[in-house]
Amino acid sequence: MKSLEELKKLREASIKKMTMRYTKDGFRIQVGMGTCGIASGARPILNEFLEQMENHELKNVTITQVGCMGECTYEPMAEIIDASGQSYIYCSLTIPMVREIVEKHIIGHQPVTRYLLSSRKAAAAC
Amino acid sequence: MLERIQLLICGGTGCMSSHSKDIKDAFEKTLKSMGIKEEINIVLTGCFGLCERGPIVIVYPDETFYAHVKVEDVEEICEEHLLKGRCVKRLLVNNSDDRQKLGHMSELKFYAKQKRIALRNCGNINPLDIDEYIAKDGYRALGEILENKTSDEVIDEMIKSGLRGRGGGGFPTGLKWQFAKRAISDQKYVICNADEGDPGAFMDRAVLEGDPHSVLEAMAICGYAIGSNQGYIYVRAEYPVAVERLNFAIEQAKSYGLLGQNIFGSNFSFDIEIRLGAGAFVCGEETALIQSIEGFRGMPKLKPPFPAIKGLWGKTTNVNNVETLANIPVIFLKGADWFRTIGTKASSGTKVFALGGKINNTGLVEVPIGTTLREVIYDIGGGIPNKRKFKAVQTGGPSGGCITEKDLDTPIDYENLLNLGSMMGSGGMIIMDEDNCMVDVARFYLDFTVDESCGKCTPCREGTKQMLEILNRICEGKGTMEDLDELQKLGEMIQKTSLCGLGQTAPNPVLSTLKHFRSEYEAHVIDHVCPAGVCRNLTNFVINDNCIGCTKCAKNCPVNAISGLPKQIHTIDLDLCIRCGACKKACPVGAITSEPQHQGANI
Repeated sequence: MKSLEELKKLREASIKKMTMRYTKDGFRIQVGMGTCGIASGARPILNEFLEQMENHELKNVTITQVGCMGECTYEPMAEIIDASGQSYIYCSLTIPMVREIVEKHIIGHQPVTRYLLSSRKAAAAC
Repeated sequence: MLERIQLLICGGTGCMSSHSKDIKDAFEKTLKSMGIKEEINIVLTGCFGLCERGPIVIVYPDETFYAHVKVEDVEEICEEHLLKGRCVKRLLVNNSDDRQKLGHMSELKFYAKQKRIALRNCGNINPLDIDEYIAKDGYRALGEILENKTSDEVIDEMIKSGLRGRGGGGFPTGLKWQFAKRAISDQKYVICNADEGDPGAFMDRAVLEGDPHSVLEAMAICGYAIGSNQGYIYVRAEYPVAVERLNFAIEQAKSYGLLGQNIFGSNFSFDIEIRLGAGAFVCGEETALIQSIEGFRGMPKLKPPFPAIKGLWGKTTNVNNVETLANIPVIFLKGADWFRTIGTKASSGTKVFALGGKINNTGLVEVPIGTTLREVIYDIGGGIPNKRKFKAVQTGGPSGGCITEKDLDTPIDYENLLNLGSMMGSGGMIIMDEDNCMVDVARFYLDFTVDESCGKCTPCREGTKQMLEILNRICEGKGTMEDLDELQKLGEMIQKTSLCGLGQTAPNPVLSTLKHFRSEYEAHVIDHVCPAGVCRNLTNFVINDNCIGCTKCAKNCPVNAISGLPKQIHTIDLDLCIRCGACKKACPVGAITSEPQHQGANI
């Protein structure tokens, strides 16, 4: 260690590995990982969310997994809860959709309504 | 592969002894067989503090708090929580108020009321990974000091912070550093006193095991302030985990250039070595500690000269306790003014207490100085188990005294505890309920100090022995009223004439119980009765009529002194009975009581 700068750089690098252990109050992403979710490919979706967070350096987002969300047909699903507690359920996710949701909803604060469970269900009813 | 879950397993000595290492291995094995090993990071941390509920596992990012985890539970946690995201309700902690399960660590009352400064990283980082300490602002204080501050500025900041020695004496740390800085000596030493000897106190061990780098960083800061290039950590060999992690931490710090020559490119060099002690209580006294490092028998010396003038190998030496040191990096990161806002006017900051004895949440708690005993015992500690009544709290280990119900609302600080006839000590806090005999408690502590007295000065060597013999007589029912006066007289004499702190404080447990619980002593002497039913020679155990005949007492009796058919009232054969009290503990309906010997015999 030759200077304070060097320490700061090391700190930035190490902090990335530990962000999970800091308390966060921003978005919360819950990926449904019941048997149904896993079977329809929730694991790559979850990993994609994690990767996107890393790429965009989003520190205030909690990504976690939950059990079956009850709409097994629409798996893989993810629920995004914003800081005010408003919940959005996205369904039938694919990896490109995850990228779009992260860019538009998490970064741009604009929910992608056409991927929401409610709008898909309405479309299916027509 | 990115991690989606971090699993923190408590690796403090408490949880280690209930197999947390095996739990970690089991997690690794199970996750590997499930093929999700790469997604989950398993970290063995320092002590979480809530030792009562150990072994503890915390799952991030949700902060799910699992208590009493066994190796058999690992598979269920992996399958349900880590794979499918359903938390295992059965292992969560119950809320004491409404019996609801608490999922998150932040919901636990035990943590909500605490303020963690010295224990800030314990249970939060991997003690074997210097990067995690650096991520938590580790070594930044040292770096900034070396770049921007002179040694005088460092000492001024320390004096301003009002930090006082956490080893028990409460001497202002800044002043201590100033004495060492002003002393003229060709070589100066920094010593970390990690010889934690109080029965029931383990905060220093928790810091060394959970956050060893904070102690190393603080020692380097101290070295810079007083002008020393060599530090020693005097730690007892009976803390093997702490020694191992310290050694590892020192090696890591050296390989990063945070210890050794020209730290941070400055011309300041500092090295740390470990010296192992053999676990003698008296070596917690700084002059005895220095003797022990030099290779002599650990015996205290008369002060002055203080170690700041003539310490290790006759050179200027500064000795600080582990917990004191653990506070120091934070003081420089956040400033002395911030530190002053915590605690009371005379004593700023926090103090760690080790709760033990008859209390629900046995473990380590850190609270601002000035918190009342009642808050610590009832709000954080969770009160007394089994609906028993609180009797007394013993603070300061064998050097402290007992505090009773009426003084529970006193704010805890150095002066208040001294006024109550006890002391802060290193922060052990043993809670006693109505089943504890105070004479027996006093005898226990005195027995400890008699064993640990180094024998150098007569009052401590002979006086405490005499006091112990009197107490033994009283517990056997052979005491007289003159004995009580003799105890008082001897105690005061030892306090005044002993050489070091060990002797000066050894009579405290006896004197304070004599003051607050004289009636209990008198019951032993006059009526030959032990009111709490502890002293064997004065007690008979009796089974009352509300016995339900469950046979639990008979099964637990080690000498088969209890007989009786199932569903019928049992009886104790008093000739066979060894009065161990195992039956009383085992009885589910409280039918077994301890009676005075002469009454019990009649029934």
